[in-house]
Amino acid sequence: MSQTTTHAFDAAGFDALLASQSEPDWLTTLRREAFEHAEAMSWPERRHEEWIRTDIRTFQLGKFGLPVLEPADCDLTETEPLHQLVEGVALGGRIETVDGCITKESLDEDLAAKGVVFGSLSKLAQSHPELVRPYLFTAFDPDHDKFAALHAAFMSGGQFLYVPRGVVVDRPLHIGSILTDGGTDTTHTLVVLEDGAEATLLHESNSTDAGGAGLHLGSIELVQKPGSNLRYVNLQEWGHKTYHFAQQKAVIDRDCSLQWTIAAMGSSLSKVNQSVDLVGPGAHSQVNGVMFTEGRQHLAYHTLQHHKAESCRSDFLYKAAQQDKSRTVWRGMIKVDPAAQKTDGYQRNDNLVLSHHARADSIPGLEIEADDVRCTHGSTTSKVDEDQIFYARCRGFTRKEATRMIVTGFFQQIFDRITIDSVREALGAAIARQVREYE
Amino acid sequence: MTHVLKIEDLHVSVGDKPILRGVNLTLNHGETHALMGPNGSGKSTLGLAIMGHPGYEVTSGSITLDGKDVLEMAPDERARAGIFMAFQRPMAIPGVKMADFLRHATTNVRRPDRKEGEELIPMREFRKELREKMEHLRMDSEFARRYVNDGFSGGEMKRAEILQLAMLQPKFAVLDETDSGLDADAVRLASESIADIGHQKMGLLIITHHDKLLEHNPPDFTHVMLGGRLVETGGKELAEELHQHGYDRIRKAYPDAEALNQKLLAEEAEEALA
Repeated sequence: MSQTTTHAFDAAGFDALLASQSEPDWLTTLRREAFEHAEAMSWPERRHEEWIRTDIRTFQLGKFGLPVLEPADCDLTETEPLHQLVEGVALGGRIETVDGCITKESLDEDLAAKGVVFGSLSKLAQSHPELVRPYLFTAFDPDHDKFAALHAAFMSGGQFLYVPRGVVVDRPLHIGSILTDGGTDTTHTLVVLEDGAEATLLHESNSTDAGGAGLHLGSIELVQKPGSNLRYVNLQEWGHKTYHFAQQKAVIDRDCSLQWTIAAMGSSLSKVNQSVDLVGPGAHSQVNGVMFTEGRQHLAYHTLQHHKAESCRSDFLYKAAQQDKSRTVWRGMIKVDPAAQKTDGYQRNDNLVLSHHARADSIPGLEIEADDVRCTHGSTTSKVDEDQIFYARCRGFTRKEATRMIVTGFFQQIFDRITIDSVREALGAAIARQVREYE
Repeated sequence: MTHVLKIEDLHVSVGDKPILRGVNLTLNHGETHALMGPNGSGKSTLGLAIMGHPGYEVTSGSITLDGKDVLEMAPDERARAGIFMAFQRPMAIPGVKMADFLRHATTNVRRPDRKEGEELIPMREFRKELREKMEHLRMDSEFARRYVNDGFSGGEMKRAEILQLAMLQPKFAVLDETDSGLDADAVRLASESIADIGHQKMGLLIITHHDKLLEHNPPDFTHVMLGGRLVETGGKELAEELHQHGYDRIRKAYPDAEALNQKLLAEEAEEALA
């Protein structure tokens, strides 16, 4: 893809971006406010708890800019094979972006007839403001930090899914986000499920070059109304020189169920805040995370399970393996508000450190203000067990085969929780690609 | 040609602590040997040394299989050469299904020259064989889908080890207390299964404290280990005697070995406390 011009992340770039968009005034107002805040904010400081383990001194925003592109510039045939979650899946609709620019959007007619909306967020903000405006930025805080504010000001393209009351989307929907080498993606994903609605959304992020550079400054908002049921899968395989800063949040109401699976394999540096707010009684969230790093990758995930209503259940499991000189940081929190009695919260992070130079930071946390709750948390960090290897070798496995098997088995517990076959297979394959021949 | 596993003047240390002090033992294919002895005498050490556990250093002596130097082989090469051990406490490998583990193991052992990454035994063929073996051992088919030894009861672990013995069909097998932790019915079943799979079909070295496992596997030889040495060898009547009367006679008859045994036990207890 040829990139002739870009909008820089400065005042001139911002004005140029606004001039190139035809979007409703309320959205422009949101952007302006966010831009002002971004300008006024400093970069996160190292001593701030969220950034104490994540060094962003090498990150230079000036190296990146939003592409000024027409859809015709984007070549789809090249990017299609990058998608892994769609293998053998009958999809109900899909959205493709390249460097944040929407190159393809489709939704099956029967779903559209039921009132399902799935497509470009900027276009739908224009044509369906009554669906977008009440929810946009309700599960996202543009003032979280400078990255969040910049995202809100400069978000491009983006995807919007709306499922009306009681409608069941029986085929998965797919979002494919592609970054070209050196590209920038600031897309915003907004998902709204009305009462009793059901949907499965498969979202994967890839770079055209596995070693590619780039910047992703993103946000995901999942808004669930009472009794709705969402399965959301996010496979992150950005190129290994890509920066990935994201705010990801679900707000789930009474009797909702959310299964959120994250696989974080790519990027050079990731700093992600992932949170689930349980705001209505009887809501249930399950979060599954896989991280597998290599080289000098640094992936930092800060997670929150925030219980704001009584009798909710949150179940959280992240498993991570680190190779070479890579490092993962997981800092988790279960927060229980005074009103959230009968909370059942679970939080666990297991790490398998595969090299002497790799590192895993695992920091679970509880903040409980109600007195009738059950919250458990755990964290383990270990190496591959020599006794396991010896046992397997006594059964004819070479050392390499044994290690490979043990590492794959380590992640199996996550796969066992995933209820979508294509996702299980894609994750299995992604991990198999990553597993080395360990000596 | 009859296969022979030959252990000569074997000395084994763990760390700098000598455990085995000159063990001589010849197993011919088709023979069953019982290895008995009080705790701390070195029975499991012999098994682990035969398999090549990296923590067990052979300081002198030799182990050969049909004249080939076993000590030169890595543990997986020993397995592929036809040596097996049923572990007293097998390791759990979470996330790895018994069936997948066994398919890979069986392929490697049956095709000793297989290179990493080469094809495994076809799934259908393997499943059929596994199902037959499991039915034969009266094991629930659910077992194959469970993770290797993960959350298994003591009895289930021992049964899983016997299943592996059945699938891998080694030339020589060391069974390390495959009866411990089992109730009387389970021991009888284990004894029958082992007889069915291995008695007179392999060279068996059965490490046990009791004679129940030997019921269906009458030993051609019974060896008594004390203080890291085989102090006495007899027939199956020796196993019966030790089961009924314990090791008092042996301890009195070999005071030097008994002193070493006590010393090792005391050191073990000390380490356990520290």
